[in-house]
Amino acid sequence: MEETPTETNFKSEEYFINMGPQHPATHGVLRLLLTIDGEIIKKVEPDLGYIHRSIEKMCERDSYQQIVHLTDRMDYLSSNINNEAVCLTVENALQMEIPERVKVIRTIIGELTRISSHCLWWGVMGMDVGALTTYFYGFRDRELINDIFEETCGARLTMNYNVPGGLMFDIHSNFVRRVKEFIAHFKTKIPEYDRLLTDNVIFHKRTKGVGILTKEDAISFGASGPVGRASGYSCDVRKHHPYSALEKVTFNEALKTEGDTFARYQVRIQEMWESLSIVEQLIDNIPEGEYRIATKAVIKLPKGEFYQRVETARGELGVYVISTGTKSPYRLKFRSPGFSNLSLLSHIAVGGKIGDLVATMATLDLVIPDIDR
Amino acid sequence: MTNEALQELIGSWFPNPNIEKTSEAIEGSENEEGSEEKALPQEPINPSLLEFTEEGSQFLNILVGPEHLHALMSQLKSNTETSFDYLFCLSGVDWGAELGVVFHLESTTHRHTIVVKVKTLDRENPTLDTVSNIWATAEFHEREVFDFFGITFTNHPNLKRLFLTDEWEGFPLRKDYTDEINMVIK
Repeated sequence: MEETPTETNFKSEEYFINMGPQHPATHGVLRLLLTIDGEIIKKVEPDLGYIHRSIEKMCERDSYQQIVHLTDRMDYLSSNINNEAVCLTVENALQMEIPERVKVIRTIIGELTRISSHCLWWGVMGMDVGALTTYFYGFRDRELINDIFEETCGARLTMNYNVPGGLMFDIHSNFVRRVKEFIAHFKTKIPEYDRLLTDNVIFHKRTKGVGILTKEDAISFGASGPVGRASGYSCDVRKHHPYSALEKVTFNEALKTEGDTFARYQVRIQEMWESLSIVEQLIDNIPEGEYRIATKAVIKLPKGEFYQRVETARGELGVYVISTGTKSPYRLKFRSPGFSNLSLLSHIAVGGKIGDLVATMATLDLVIPDIDR
Repeated sequence: MTNEALQELIGSWFPNPNIEKTSEAIEGSENEEGSEEKALPQEPINPSLLEFTEEGSQFLNILVGPEHLHALMSQLKSNTETSFDYLFCLSGVDWGAELGVVFHLESTTHRHTIVVKVKTLDRENPTLDTVSNIWATAEFHEREVFDFFGITFTNHPNLKRLFLTDEWEGFPLRKDYTDEINMVIK
């Protein structure tokens, strides 16, 4: 007679599964090696490098103007902020005085980039937990920002709008009007997002108490951006090391203390409001003046080391340049927010279920080219 | 804390053991009447085993020998006056003769920043102590450095290739790396 499985004689077995590199929930070519016992995750090991292009090595042979273009291809949803980071590094190293007009435009476009990135994240986040409608809502509103960018600089995603010394072109004559139209439109849409997803009971059950990250761990793992702030860790580079026109504006750092998936979600929703407020404060007061100041055709940084920190939609991006005084950096390191945020995934996902891993990963908001630089 | 105060405090953790001997030796030579050689104007002796500089950088830089790296780093994190709890950047660098790592540290309580550099002359088997037991973020960053610079970190919990395949030969971010097929050299 066959033995019937009971609580005591039923043996479970650990096994591996591959999540990715072509998995819809990893949003790119990230491969996770999961060790699971039934539905419970025992170990998560990311396997990287599927789209590594060695941007840091390429930078060692490129000029500083060319490097700006490469940064678009890291975190493509924050392309303008990445461009700005390299330009700020070069400008600070050369001690260039940048016109106020440039600073204000950079900040406006940077914050619009953040909203656009969060729109896409919100759509995809809903889709990951089974709410397909959000995807279309998010993309609908993001399209309006992309249209504004297209009119001003010709590109929708990889913008290359910043150059060392200023901007490539002046803003389009419709820019101010269309941004204001967008602000008015989007202020009615965030409450719609809340009605559709934020207040949904099923969504709460999928996200509350899932993937908890404590403040101590957040700091130790180098978490930044909304991931760190949802754990009560004040890490907004815009507050602590303001750049461009961010000194002139007032905004609240979105902070939560729960550290779970829902808190990370709420932080990003609140950040959209804050970014709208920053754009609103600046859009009527774009100073007149030059949109670019002349630089030498071949930019050479003085000998030394330069570090610039900016806040992208995903967290803290660092540009570390070691210069020997030539036209290319001797060594250039991009400290990307996604790389550090990915390193804590294993820590917060172990012990949870596979479905929770998908929800947790959605709120880490990983962009794989940012990790595979 | 200001950079001067940081330098004084951190420098005092690692006093230079030679400093007393050297000063005794100088005093001794002065007392000998027979010696006509005047003591050459000596370079100021560093009172610490660490080298501090702010030249060519916006931060205070510390250069530490590989043997003192782990002790210094755990002190920087645990001491309440410094409490550098946020390692925001860890970069491998190939300086030509030396290989090494640059650590950018910030304190989330005091909001001061510091840079620690460690270099090793051994290009065949460069080995440094891991700091991943001090800051968890270092685990991934050190794997990246291992992958691209070939620096081994002792006591690292999971040191293996992160981006490249296991059978990859060489370390691409080193300055002497060559790849005849894929590399474009201008």
